[in-house]
Amino acid sequence: MHVKININGKLYEKDVEPRLLLAHFIRDVAGLTGTHIGCETSICGACTVLSNGLAVKSCTMFAVQADGADLVTIEGMAKDGQLHPLQESFWEEHGLQCGYCTPGMIMCSHQLLSRNESPSEAEIREALDGNLCRCTGYQNIVKAVQSAAGKLKRTTKVAAGD
Amino acid sequence: MIAQNFEYTVATSLAEAVNLLQKHGGRAKILAGGHSLIPMMKLRLATPEALIDIGRIPELSYVRQDGDMVCIGALATHHVVETSGVVMRHCQALADGAGLIGDIQVRNKGTIGGSIAHADPAADYPASILAFDATIVTLGPKGERLIPASKFFVDMLTTALEANEIVREIQIPVQSGKTGSAYLKMAQKASGFAICGAAAVVELDGSGAMAKVAIGITGVGNRAFRATEAEKALKGQKPTTDLLKRACEKASSGVIALEDIHASADYRLDLARIFARRAVEAAIERA
Amino acid sequence: MPQRYVGLAMKRKEDPRLVSGTSTYVDDVVLPGMLHMVVVRSIHGHARIKRIDTSRAQKFPGVVAVVTGEEVAAHCGPVPCAASIPKMKNAQRQLLAVGKVRFVGEPIAAVVATDKYVARDAADLIAIDYEPLPAVVNPEKAMEPDSPRLYDEFSDNIAFNFGFESGNTEEAFKKADVIVKERFVNQRLAPLSMEPRGVVATYQMPDNELVVWASTQVPHLLRTQLAVMLNVPENRTRVIAPEVGGGFGAKIDVYAEDGLVGYLAKKTGRPVKWIEGRGENIAATIHGRDQIDDVELALKNDGTILGMRVKAIADLGAFYSLFTPMIPTLTGLLAPGCYKVPALKFALVGVLTNKMATDAYRGAGRPEATYMIERIMDVAAQKLKMDPAEIRRKNFPQPNEFPFQTSGGVVYDSANYEAALDRALELADYKGLRRKQAELRSQGKYMGIGLSSYVEICAMGPSAAMPGGGWETGSVRIERTGKVTILTGASPHGQGQETTFAQIAADEFGLEPDDIVTIHGDTARIPSGIGTFGSRATAVGGTAMYFAVQDLKEKMKKIAAHLLETTPDKIEFGVGKLVVKGDSGRSMSFIDVVDVAYNAVKLPPGLEPGLDATRFFEPSNFTFPFGTHVCVVEIDAETGEPKITKYVAVDDCGNIINPLLVEGQVHGGLVQGIAQALHEEVVYDENGQLLTGTLMDYAVPRAHDFPEFELDRTITPSPVNPLGVKGVGEAGTIGSTPAVVNAVVDALAPFGISHIDMPLRSEKIWKILKGRKAS
Repeated sequence: MHVKININGKLYEKDVEPRLLLAHFIRDVAGLTGTHIGCETSICGACTVLSNGLAVKSCTMFAVQADGADLVTIEGMAKDGQLHPLQESFWEEHGLQCGYCTPGMIMCSHQLLSRNESPSEAEIREALDGNLCRCTGYQNIVKAVQSAAGKLKRTTKVAAGD
Repeated sequence: MIAQNFEYTVATSLAEAVNLLQKHGGRAKILAGGHSLIPMMKLRLATPEALIDIGRIPELSYVRQDGDMVCIGALATHHVVETSGVVMRHCQALADGAGLIGDIQVRNKGTIGGSIAHADPAADYPASILAFDATIVTLGPKGERLIPASKFFVDMLTTALEANEIVREIQIPVQSGKTGSAYLKMAQKASGFAICGAAAVVELDGSGAMAKVAIGITGVGNRAFRATEAEKALKGQKPTTDLLKRACEKASSGVIALEDIHASADYRLDLARIFARRAVEAAIERA
Repeated sequence: MPQRYVGLAMKRKEDPRLVSGTSTYVDDVVLPGMLHMVVVRSIHGHARIKRIDTSRAQKFPGVVAVVTGEEVAAHCGPVPCAASIPKMKNAQRQLLAVGKVRFVGEPIAAVVATDKYVARDAADLIAIDYEPLPAVVNPEKAMEPDSPRLYDEFSDNIAFNFGFESGNTEEAFKKADVIVKERFVNQRLAPLSMEPRGVVATYQMPDNELVVWASTQVPHLLRTQLAVMLNVPENRTRVIAPEVGGGFGAKIDVYAEDGLVGYLAKKTGRPVKWIEGRGENIAATIHGRDQIDDVELALKNDGTILGMRVKAIADLGAFYSLFTPMIPTLTGLLAPGCYKVPALKFALVGVLTNKMATDAYRGAGRPEATYMIERIMDVAAQKLKMDPAEIRRKNFPQPNEFPFQTSGGVVYDSANYEAALDRALELADYKGLRRKQAELRSQGKYMGIGLSSYVEICAMGPSAAMPGGGWETGSVRIERTGKVTILTGASPHGQGQETTFAQIAADEFGLEPDDIVTIHGDTARIPSGIGTFGSRATAVGGTAMYFAVQDLKEKMKKIAAHLLETTPDKIEFGVGKLVVKGDSGRSMSFIDVVDVAYNAVKLPPGLEPGLDATRFFEPSNFTFPFGTHVCVVEIDAETGEPKITKYVAVDDCGNIINPLLVEGQVHGGLVQGIAQALHEEVVYDENGQLLTGTLMDYAVPRAHDFPEFELDRTITPSPVNPLGVKGVGEAGTIGSTPAVVNAVVDALAPFGISHIDMPLRSEKIWKILKGRKAS
């Protein structure tokens, strides 16, 4: 089946088997290897991307289901060489060690902050239910999301002319 | 990690999906959010010959109030259900349950129709679906059917859906009077599925007595069930700590409970008692 | 020169590539013509293989090769084991099963195809006829004479016996006022790095050059082992560990799949890739723990320990992986914990069962020791009606007693256990917690406070104690432009050596960390090495690098002294320059000295050009970090569900290079240790079927399972290395498990219990709440 998927503003199209996982389309067809695969059962969240603005686990979707969709992956987060506030905050707060879960963590946190601009610690911890990290003990990830929330709010205010 | 190959068709209407199901003679599966099906396919525990994707059918992910009925389209995602004002206003327990399913990503994709059609014995929705006396509207080769919730969940992974029949809508009667509802669960630590989940809907009369009590329990038996004995013991009574405790002792009477590495049958039965009471208490609080 | 960077909470140099998704893990390596391997694995815990039919798979379009046990065994050596114990049975296995399978997930056949989807489909076409055999998964049953035997050639399943006695335990127990005993079980765990294992290999003729990309903690070790296993010259073998997504010990091992990929690359003449699925990871990557310890402690009425006896049973699984037999022996070394235990008898039996092999998982043998001593201390305190803090305090060696020879047979380098305990109690408001506990108990609520004072064995280690060597290398090269390149054999997988090593070298040279690059994980670039495990990267690898830096500094001082017309001992390093001591007007810039070293015209007579040094560091001892953790739990009185409401960790890992990274290591360690106490367990049924084969059943902890941890530290430098560092990779894991269990047992004290086995699932606690009346 012929699919066209827009990833980070660029159109990728290919004839694919219906069973091709979206995660494999992103990694193998588009060559965007920042999206990782960490489990087979939709638990670990390493493969999280935004599809039409919604955080989804790209290993639990077939590429054909995303035909025509707009995707954002970790590679699409930085703009003009400037890291996204979430990326910056993960760096500043030491919110990563081996880095394997990080892209998924950042994409899911992005979804959280798009729905709740100042989440509490408990809300952040609950929001990360679908993302496993084996290195950091989560504490600095929570701090990173809190810090990014602060930065994003300030940016919005500046943009709004406050 | 890699599913067996299959034929893939996008259905543009439910009627078309029903036709396609008929065409494949039971060897096809409906793909909605895919969050029950795709993990099974990746482990090759499910190997359908064809998938019929209903995920692109427009106008099936609605939540709306239609007179004295809350109508939820089969493709409403858990996130839509969780955050719907209509659901929160009229059937809070359902919103509670939706919000406790999986995680953000799963709730963004998984659908209420897909979940109930899959009938996992540890799924969250069935407890509320039963407690609200919901009606499941289906579409099949013979047309539309209305199935009462009490008849819908038949057994583990088995519903009253007939061959080639698809869930179209879930209807929940708008509760009258001073009503509250709540859903609480103990999650299995790995999967997040319910070891026990209990939904309660309570209507209080002018005197503060419970004019109506409905308790649905999931995760405990091979299918979700109503705690009818407990309901009977509560109905018409004024809620006191002692009464709630005594009545909910009967929440799992007569039930044959599941047993696995995560919880014994005895534990599940006791959790049903505990969570039934807690759900009733929370529902009263909200009434 | 003042420290400018050591001790600073610097952001990591490795992170920009990791947060932007541009780093390269093994699965990101794509080579022209690359084939994909899928492994067919045993579905039985124990079975004879009667027949394997690969004909349909061979013919499947896209399949390039299918291999089975006999062929591979004829060309490749077995899965290697580097550890040895006197009189141990040799339970080694071939890369692919020959004749028999002994655990679910054991590789039987491998398919390579042009596409991973095709390889997966072809794997389903391989038909295997099994004759199922009775399995044995319980190690105590496996020791019985009539138990099913894993190896026909062995008389029983007992792999080895190991033990020692120091002091006179018989006398100690005779003199005791009180003897407490308990059985402690450390359940089996899956290390579960978020990046599963993966291997890519190419084999180039005619030079016989094997290049392997592997998600490994030990590239050099893997290289040696692969060269031997595949009969390829080691000097034609190159192992690259690109970005490695966590290891936790499980990526020290050399696995069947590593050899298979190499063999198939050689056989097919094309690059081959294998990426482990999560199910394979839980079934066929090494497990950790799985040890039963029967512990007896002899004490005086005042709480003074007189002696300890331990009978340990280690469930090794079905075969030996790289260090399998050695790991449980570490439990004996650390059995006395941070206490004076004058007499110790440790008897260990290693047992073979129909499960995956155990090996080093974060802590490796020391969590088991810490768990049993910290639990038995609480059991003793309960019996003697002493406060758990006081019985600990009573038995600590004092700071002036270090170096302290223990009855476990090691010499603790330095410590002040009481200071860490006091700080933890203060931070947790221990007295206030005890008051609150009494108050809650009177209301029928169960809150518990658990302490754990731990010491652990780090900086692994002296070569005498390490199969294959315990040294590490560091090479430092100052480039002609003045930039510094560090090459370390301590290949990281999330620890942050690129940052910490740059901090150390920047201070030594008077440079900026941005001027320094640390290269790792490539045997063609790094001359020699061991790897990162056993909390050794900074203490052993960092020290090797530090000595190489000193060599270069000495050489640069000679050059500067020659040109400034003084002697090298009068030269010191300032920021960006070399200065004559006490005469800051006389100096040479760093880059000018480098220039002289390479232009080689104005060098002092007899001095070689260039600035490049390599050092091997052989540690004289382990290091012994320590600390005290305080855990507070509240128990749901109806469901039994435990909830951690407070967690205080005071750790002492010696000097600190980067506090941000130290805290990160502690956080991660805590979560793994707490998860052992509460959730995690690899479960097999009695037939050897794996019941926790996916993340739907194996509970990896999530963010919402924890409160915010409160951390503090004391600093007691180690005398074992010039950096004074001890290591912190495993401390959190080792210290936390007993703190949690002690807290839960403490919460349930009104029910008269002295112990509950891990994991402390709600149901176990519910049973106690149900079964007994609180006193």
